Amino acid sequence: MATKNLSEPVFYNNPGIRAVIYQILLVLGLGYFFYLIISNTITNMEARGIKSGFEFLGSTAGFDILMSLIPYDATHTYGKTFVVGLLNTILVSIIGIIFATIVGFIIGVAHFSHNWLIRKLAVIYIEIFRNIPLLLQIFFWYFAVLSTLPGARQSLSLGEAVFLNVRGLYLPNLVREDGSAVVIAAFIIGILASFIVKHWARKRQEKTGQQFPVFYTNIVLIIGLPVVTFFAMGMPFGLEYPVLRGFNYSGGITVIPELMALALSLTIYTGAFIGEAVRAGVQSVPHGQTEAARSIGMKEKQIMKLIIVPQAMRVIAPILNSEYQSLVKNSTLATAIGYPDLFTVFVGTTLNQTGQAIEIVFMTMAVYFVFNMIISVVMNLFNKKVALVSK
Amino acid sequence: MKLKFVFSVLFFSSVAFNSSVQAGTLDDVKTKGHVNCGVSTGLAGFSQKDEKGNWSGLDVDVCRGVAAAVLGDASKVKYKPLTAKERFTALQSGEIDLLSRNTTWTHTRDTSLGLNFAGTIYYDGTGFMVRKNLGVKSAKELDGAAACIQAGTSTELAIADYFRQNNMKFTVVTFDTSDQTRQGLESGRCDFLTSDQSQLYALRIGLKDPSSAIVLPEVISKEPLGPVVRQGDDEWFNIVKWVVNASIEGEYQGVTSKNADDLRKNGNPGQKRLLGSEGDLGKKLGLSADWAYNVITQVGNYAESFEKNVGMDSPLKISRGLNAQWTDGGILYSPAMR
Repeated sequence: MATKNLSEPVFYNNPGIRAVIYQILLVLGLGYFFYLIISNTITNMEARGIKSGFEFLGSTAGFDILMSLIPYDATHTYGKTFVVGLLNTILVSIIGIIFATIVGFIIGVAHFSHNWLIRKLAVIYIEIFRNIPLLLQIFFWYFAVLSTLPGARQSLSLGEAVFLNVRGLYLPNLVREDGSAVVIAAFIIGILASFIVKHWARKRQEKTGQQFPVFYTNIVLIIGLPVVTFFAMGMPFGLEYPVLRGFNYSGGITVIPELMALALSLTIYTGAFIGEAVRAGVQSVPHGQTEAARSIGMKEKQIMKLIIVPQAMRVIAPILNSEYQSLVKNSTLATAIGYPDLFTVFVGTTLNQTGQAIEIVFMTMAVYFVFNMIISVVMNLFNKKVALVSK
Repeated sequence: MKLKFVFSVLFFSSVAFNSSVQAGTLDDVKTKGHVNCGVSTGLAGFSQKDEKGNWSGLDVDVCRGVAAAVLGDASKVKYKPLTAKERFTALQSGEIDLLSRNTTWTHTRDTSLGLNFAGTIYYDGTGFMVRKNLGVKSAKELDGAAACIQAGTSTELAIADYFRQNNMKFTVVTFDTSDQTRQGLESGRCDFLTSDQSQLYALRIGLKDPSSAIVLPEVISKEPLGPVVRQGDDEWFNIVKWVVNASIEGEYQGVTSKNADDLRKNGNPGQKRLLGSEGDLGKKLGLSADWAYNVITQVGNYAESFEKNVGMDSPLKISRGLNAQWTDGGILYSPAMR
């Protein structure tokens, strides 16, 4: 018995059990900490006579919002203002992510151009826009560029269809007429068919070694097919042009200057960071790889597409993830120029009109948390796809 | 043993958290030796800072009046500039003792924010300022126009009501500060600027060319502006309320910063009561007997404060209008000082 005691220590000296006990204690401690904060908040709010709860979401807001993707006016509820702000945040984030990625890849690749001027321009772009605070860039575009555009009656115009003035950019709107559904269907079929062609061409290449011009075929499928149907159906789309009426242009699509300034600065700023990521990614591929590819007779384009980019993506993808997350969070700077994003509308006006600070800040924090989790999940999936697979 | 210690610390800290709420603002202010006063980020006539960093204005005079009544020195104020959006949270959280920032007294704010309005120091209304070149003479002609508004104000609600009521459409462009709304009007981002009338005159002076804009005759809402305190501290609420009243009563009784010393000795009973040489009005507020005397000698009565900051002695040149004594055709009326 005595020997057993020596070889098997008492349970609390067992490292495994100890680790578990520490974890439990930590969780309990944290739980108590949060309980403390929450119960204190509730007590304090009651003591100060501040109403709490989420009932305010159902009452009438009574104020208007500059831009909304869904029907909204002052008779709608505070809950609706949340949705309006949310959609505006999503809109500017998506625009920002798409264009920042495009700009970033162009700048990143331009770094390796054989043209001296292009190479230097890429460096200058990155150094300038990465080093100026984002808020300053937003102010620059909004107050220094877009605010100095002419008034409605002196708008800059492009072919009497597109107008630009201090109130925004006015574009013609696409109006659907009879038969337009067929054209849309043709477009979708074109996209589906292009996937099938790609798959088929790959199988064929694996089997026979012969290549097929996938890119050009797919362009014909995605663009050509709908265009042919468009004329065959007797042009079932019309254009609604913006018209100067009263104080301003109406009809068509309006892009407000607040959105333009914010999307532009988010794109340019984040694009500079992504450009650097792309450069790092491409440089991480050893030069020997390129030489090896050349020696087996691959063309420059093929080397880029098949050798460099897939390996560079392993480095780029994790950085893209955090850049996208930063972009979404940075979009809250909208409040500086009055773009009605979630932060401006909900944490700004709605909070002020209702006074429900804790509920509103909590809901908004949850939204940005969820956004960034989604970006993380998607980018991790993408990362797994581009990660080095050992066969 | 260690664990027990940690938990007891946590427990007592939670008790400490709770008790800090109950402390009276008056004692707090006396201990600190100054009043933390929330004001605007800069609004001519109401709260503005000069090159030397000195604050002045009608709203600022309320802060100074409270400091004079409580601490005997009107200069013992720490100013905290706040945007319209920040103001209530700053007061609720205890960051400031008093909010005096051209804030409209509304039912919702009074009842659901845990705040109390301690009177009205300026009776205002929502008005419009338009660029002159539009040729608009009345607010009724503004259908389809774009408005620049400061975010988080009661103006946002008033203007929505007005356009809905008149079956007109408008676009609203909201900014954080009133300065940005002025820039918006200047750049042409909006056709008109809407705000409390008093602010419109202040903003108009700030335009590069003040004659390029006109203020329309319509006043579309009631906007009584006044100081705000936290709910649940009646002692402090009473002090702020009666400092405002003392200033109005001072004008009514003919007590000014110039003659207060004389009237304190030789005035009529009403004047003597106000100035603390008779009765115990100060004691009932938990203050010294010369509380109102300090307010009037150091800050001035309502008329002095009004004329200096927004009236004829100021660039704003606003006439008394509704803000005259009830005996002069206005609606200023202090409850009885006895």
